[in-house]
Order: sequence, then structure tokens, then C-alpha cells
Amino acid sequence: MELVEAIILSVLAASTPLLIAATGELVTERSGVLNLGVEGMMIVGAACGFGGAWLSGSIIVGALCGILAGAALSLIFALMTLGLAVNQVATGLALTILGIGLSGLIGARFVGERISTAPHLHIPGLSDIPLVGRILFGEDAFVYLSIALIIGVWWFLYRTRAGLVLRACGDNHVSAHALGYPVLRIRLLAVLFGGACAGLAGAYLPLAYTPFFIPGMTAGRGWIALALVVFSSWRPARLVIGAYLFGAVTILQLHAQGAGIGIPSQFMSALPYLATVIVLVLLSRTRTGGSTAPAALGTVFVPDR
Amino acid sequence: MQLVLEKRAERSQTIALISPLIAIGLTIVTMSLLFVILGKNPLAALDAYSIAPLTDSYSLQEIAVKATPLVMIAIGLSLCYLANAWNIGAEGQFLIGAVAGSWIAVKTQGTEAGHWVLPAMLLAGAAAGALYALIPALCRVKFGASEILTSLMLVYVADLLLDYLVRGPWRDPAGFNFPTTAEFDPVATVPVLIEGGRLHLGAIIALLVVAGAFIVLGRTIKGFEIRVVGAAPRAARFGGFNADQLILLTFAVSGALAGLAGIIEVAGPVGHLQPGISPGYGFTAIIVAFLGRLNPVGILIAGLFLALTFIGGEQAQITMKIPLDVTKVFQGILLFYVLACDSLILYRFRLISASRQVHRGAG
Repeated sequence: MELVEAIILSVLAASTPLLIAATGELVTERSGVLNLGVEGMMIVGAACGFGGAWLSGSIIVGALCGILAGAALSLIFALMTLGLAVNQVATGLALTILGIGLSGLIGARFVGERISTAPHLHIPGLSDIPLVGRILFGEDAFVYLSIALIIGVWWFLYRTRAGLVLRACGDNHVSAHALGYPVLRIRLLAVLFGGACAGLAGAYLPLAYTPFFIPGMTAGRGWIALALVVFSSWRPARLVIGAYLFGAVTILQLHAQGAGIGIPSQFMSALPYLATVIVLVLLSRTRTGGSTAPAALGTVFVPDR
Repeated sequence: MQLVLEKRAERSQTIALISPLIAIGLTIVTMSLLFVILGKNPLAALDAYSIAPLTDSYSLQEIAVKATPLVMIAIGLSLCYLANAWNIGAEGQFLIGAVAGSWIAVKTQGTEAGHWVLPAMLLAGAAAGALYALIPALCRVKFGASEILTSLMLVYVADLLLDYLVRGPWRDPAGFNFPTTAEFDPVATVPVLIEGGRLHLGAIIALLVVAGAFIVLGRTIKGFEIRVVGAAPRAARFGGFNADQLILLTFAVSGALAGLAGIIEVAGPVGHLQPGISPGYGFTAIIVAFLGRLNPVGILIAGLFLALTFIGGEQAQITMKIPLDVTKVFQGILLFYVLACDSLILYRFRLISASRQVHRGAG
């Protein structure tokens, strides 16, 4: 029982950064913009998040630094793709390359330092309930925040007028523009939200997951978050399932390595990446009746005046 | 007053020629600012990055050595990007090519194997790279899965496979437990061009690849098909071109070139298989492809330029204690400016006054 509880706790922790980053990217893509720079924004978010927390001694300041860093990078992306109508795929790749370099530069002076990670909630009584107590009432604040975030995004997209307009921009930017909606401004906000989420997701890693920063610590999580958005068919509810599924794969392979089942550790480490490929293939195949992706995803829009 | 983007009636040829130069200029200005922020003398830093490596023969050779894989990979990627197929997993194809070729080198080590070993290794590297690139291409063509994500995921898988091999079955028993294979035999090594130098046969192969791509793109039907499918997919469909087939073809060719670059790197400058054989060649090659405007000759020049930044980065780290990550920042910023300046080939900026805007909006 102890082990099951420990596994579920670690699955939640491993899933949270994926969920936060993918939630942001889901909103960005729903507005019709494909930002492939999630990995770059996450890794800079991790470096800035750790730096902020280490210098100030506050996890909240660290998280804010991560959010700001992610949003700042996504602003560059927005200027390029929305302002200059540059190809979104190429710009996203540029953002990742730049982000990896920047994070190394920013994080260099923090390598080897340690902080105490974000505290876990403790409600006397509730958190002590056997088995479910710690899982439901003993997480760190980021876990609850990630769940609130995805519920908020679901509510926004499907229950508000602004969400409907955002989806309209993603499905047909010409019509949305003809109806008088400021397509580029809406997309700018969606890109910034995506960047802020990616920055926060990156900051989660050194602030809550491990108490230190190492270069390249995101290890492809940004790319997996992108795959999760495809996995979810751009729907928030499925995104939650996908994120926890991937968190589970990550943790199970770690436990399998620990248990020493005789398979080389590198093969187990490759599992989350292989799983991503397999899931993308299966999902794309079983989908019938056309794609569920936002129709204008990844296309350039220059308003016709 | 408002600044708006307006589509040009036709591509601006002047800007197409000078935009890479503008991009490099803007990058130098931005990097100077960064050096000031880092507390370094920007002039001295720029000298270490761009001038100093050009002044001694060792560095000049080293630039050609670094440019070899960059150019080979970027040529392949440019074919993909022209056909609007997004292979971003060249780093993985590079590693798999290195692994496959090394397999022959490791198996023939210390035997009487003759001069067939190196050609066999190069073939194996290219074939493995092509097959590895066909995985994401097939997933895209058969199942509609995003080739961007699948090709990228396979980079991590290739990296882990290489790591497993050099720590496990292929580790040099006399290597003091370092994760590396034994040094390859002379018959399994790419020969150097100048005795005692570092420049090797791979540089010639890279030049042949550039010439080949130049002919294919400019003078053959296949090259024409690739360009049409990317630039005008609808026209290509009417023309009866098979876009799926071209995705498979361009992925296979770019994978083969990346794999070939991988085994040449291992059998040439490195001399054995070990983790970290690539300082991100597969990703830097994406920048090379765009900076060279997806044109073979442009890619050759861009490859030499980015190789210069690698060497310059190493020198700046030694002489001025500038972190190596600055090179990556430099490359990222360069790609941003290249893409931004390219936008001006198709669009131009116009200042529009508010009243005029209303007038035009009403009309």
C-alpha cells in the first residue's frame, strides 16, 4: 500500500509539468497558432524559476520568474509569426534553440546550488486518511494549480463568448476577421498564455520536482507536451488523461529500472519517447471523418485592409 | 498612424540577396549587446568569434571539419523543407548512422579485414540513417501522424541506444571503464587529406553532395516536383505529382545524408564511438538550411559560417572565459533574424494613417 501511494504521488508530480505546458499550448493552438518552442520556453522557465527562487528565497517569486520568462520568449515568437508573418514551424524551432542556449547561460551560476522545494499541503485529519489522504490533500500547490488551470481553460473555451471567438480564430481566421474580431490581437494573447504556462511548467521542475537546476533538465518534456495536445484532439478533458498516462509511463519505467528487471536502463528511459510515437500513430489512424485539429492551425494570417 | 504588413506583388530579388547579410549584421549588433551585459569587451569577443579562427591554419582546417557534417545534413534537410516535409530529427539519424557504421568497425576490429571496411561502414551509415528517417515519414504518410513530433522523439531514442551500446556490449575492455569503443582500425578510418592535418575525405564528399543537390534541384524533374509540392501543393496535385511519395523520398535522402555524416564524423575526426559525438549538428543544420535559403550553394556558405561560430565559441571560451552556451544563443538569434528578414522578401511594411485606414476599410 505504501508503494502504491508513493507511485501515485510520483505519477502526479511527473504529470504536472506536462499538464501545465500542454494546457497553455492547447489554448495557443486553439487560436490557430502552432508554437513548437514549448521546450525552449520550458527550459528558460526552469532556469529563471530556479534563479528567482534561489535569489529571493521564495518559491512564489521563482514561479513568477518562470512565468515571465516563458511569456517573454513567447512574445518574441508572436512578434515574428503574427507581426512579420514568418513560418510558425521554423520560428518555433528557433525559439527552442535560443531557449536551450539562454537557459544554459542564465542557469550556469546556479548549477550545484540547492533550494528547499515547494511545501506540500497538510490538512490535519484529511491528509492523514490512509491511502487517499496524501494523494488528495497532500500535494504541492502546483498540482492543484494545474488542475484549476485546465478546468478554467475548459470553462473559458466552451462556456464563454471570448472562448468561442478564440476558437473561431483558430478554425477560420478570414471569417473571424470579416466579423470584425481582432484576429492577431486574440492570437497574441493566446500565444502569451501558452508561453506563461510553458514557463511555469519549466519552473515546476527545479521548484517542486527536484531541488536543483541542471542544464537540459526538461529532457524533451516540452515536445511531449506538444504531442499531448495532438493526443487530446485539442480537448481539455482528454488532455488530463493523456498527461497522467504519460506521467505514469515515466514513473513506471523508473520503478522498473529500480527493481532491476534485467532490461538495460537506456531501453526503459526510451519508453516515454517511443510511447509518444506509438500514441501519435494510433490516434491519427483511428480518427475518422477528418482531422479534429483547428482548421487554421499553423497558417499565416495577414489582415486584408 | 499604424504600421501594417502588406504583401508584395512579386518576390523582391534585391532583398532575397541581401537579407542573409542584414540578418548577420543584426545578429552581430545583438551579440555585442549581450557581451556588454556579460561584462566582456564586445570588440574582443567578436574578434575571438569571427576573425581569430580565420588567422591560423589549424582553425581553418577545423572550420572545414565542422562544416562537413553541417553542410551534408543541411542539404538533406533543405530537400525536405522545400517539399514542405518537416524532418527535425536529423540529430537522431546522424547518431543512428554513426552507430550502424561503427557496428562494422567494431566487428572487424583486429581481424584481417581489408579495404572494403570503410566503404561498407559508409554504406551502412547512410542506409541506417535513411531507414531511421523513414519511420516518421511512413507514420506521416500512412497514419497522418505529425512528422515533426515523431522525428524529434526518435532523437532521444537514438541517443539512448548509442549510450547503451558504448556502455554495454561495445565498450572498449581496455578503456578504463570509459563509455567508448576502442579506436577504430586504420582500414575503418576516413583518411585525412593533408598528412598530419585534420581535414579528411569527408569534406570532399560534402562538396560532392552540394554539387549533386545543385544538379538535382536545378536540372531534373524530381527537383522540380519537390519545389512545386512545397510551394504550390494544389498545382502539384493538378500536375499529378505524388506528394506522399516525395515525403518518403526527401526523408529517406535527408536521413541517408545525416547518417553518412554521422559515420564520417565517427570514423574521421573522432576515431571511435562515444556519447556526445555531436554538439547538436542535426539541430544547427536546420539553421544552416534556412540561412542558406534552402539553396545548395547558399548552404555551403552558411555551413562554413556556422562552423566558424562553433570554433569561435571554443576559442572565446578559452581566451575570454565566455560560456559555450553563448554559441547556441548566437545561433538561435541568427535564425530568428534570418526568418524575420526573409519575411521582407514577400511582404513590406507600410505606415498607414488612421483616417486612410477608415477610408479604405469603408471602401
